[in-house]
Amino acid sequence: MKTRKILSVIALVGLSMSAMAATIPADKVATLRQVPLDIEPTPPVMPKVDNTDVEKARSYPMQPPVIPHKIDGYQIDLKANKCMQCHSRQSSTYSKAPMVSVTHYMDRDNNFLATLSPRRYFCTQCHVPQVDAKPLVGNDFVDLHELMKKEK
Amino acid sequence: MVASLLAKLKVIWGVIRRPSVHYSLGFLTLGGFVAGIIFWGGFNVALEASSTEEFCSDCHQNVYHELQSTIHYSNSSGVRATCHDCHVPHKWTDKIARKMQASREIYGQIIGTIDTPEKFEARRGTLAKHEWKRLKANDSQECRDCHKFDSMDFTRQSTRAAQMHSTALASGEKTCIDCHKGIAHRLPDMADVKDF
Repeated sequence: MKTRKILSVIALVGLSMSAMAATIPADKVATLRQVPLDIEPTPPVMPKVDNTDVEKARSYPMQPPVIPHKIDGYQIDLKANKCMQCHSRQSSTYSKAPMVSVTHYMDRDNNFLATLSPRRYFCTQCHVPQVDAKPLVGNDFVDLHELMKKEK
Repeated sequence: MVASLLAKLKVIWGVIRRPSVHYSLGFLTLGGFVAGIIFWGGFNVALEASSTEEFCSDCHQNVYHELQSTIHYSNSSGVRATCHDCHVPHKWTDKIARKMQASREIYGQIIGTIDTPEKFEARRGTLAKHEWKRLKANDSQECRDCHKFDSMDFTRQSTRAAQMHSTALASGEKTCIDCHKGIAHRLPDMADVKDF
């Protein structure tokens, strides 16, 4: 028991020494926090969700389309899928909402199923609403189409 | 047996229809008036006490917690629609009818129909369907108590909301609850629910 105590004390001292030695200079820390750790900054105002219902163009062909409306409180679980109330094959004619792509009715062996495939069930895994926010990090994404134009 | 009961009733009837000997007409009238206020007030207090969040959430605590994160409980303007705003009719006669119906719920409380979260979850579908049926039958009256169709400004709604409200709702083809199920609570298993 006593040896264990002594050992743990030595380990603790050793650990704290190594932590002190490995101080990282402030400008080397990749962080989005703009203020010292002991100060609680005022967070920016929460941006509004885009709710225009106007479909946004995709940035590349395989991009899952983004959601042009609010989805607050939409339940997607074993019991219910709120998105499918409008976007399912049966509802889309009535709701005028785009029907989920046919790939969502296929299993991974490309067999067509009668209902939504379980692997495509959780909509928000790929589809997300957009907010009117300033990007935290820069982005130099160039549309493939633009890239091809430049090549010519 | 019957004869003695009749005799007793006859005595009581005799007392009731005989003019008062000891009390003045003023005392009896005013006394009756005051007693009426007390009893009617007490009745209403009890009625309201059985419509508070505390009272409802005593048994239905799961759904009460679910309500708290929804727009009907927490929102920008601070208006709160709570349990009885949607689940107890506002018109007096309908309210009393619903309250009488609720005596069955007292029985449920005694035998513990939903006294655990698991038991509640098992009955969630049944309970939800009761309310959907009720709201469908009265054309979503408790929604419309606050959300007046005549005061809806479609130009201030989102495009898809305006599109739906100006057609299906305006024509009476659909009522609020047809589309807005699960607006205040988690949905039960919707596999067998139409339009879902």
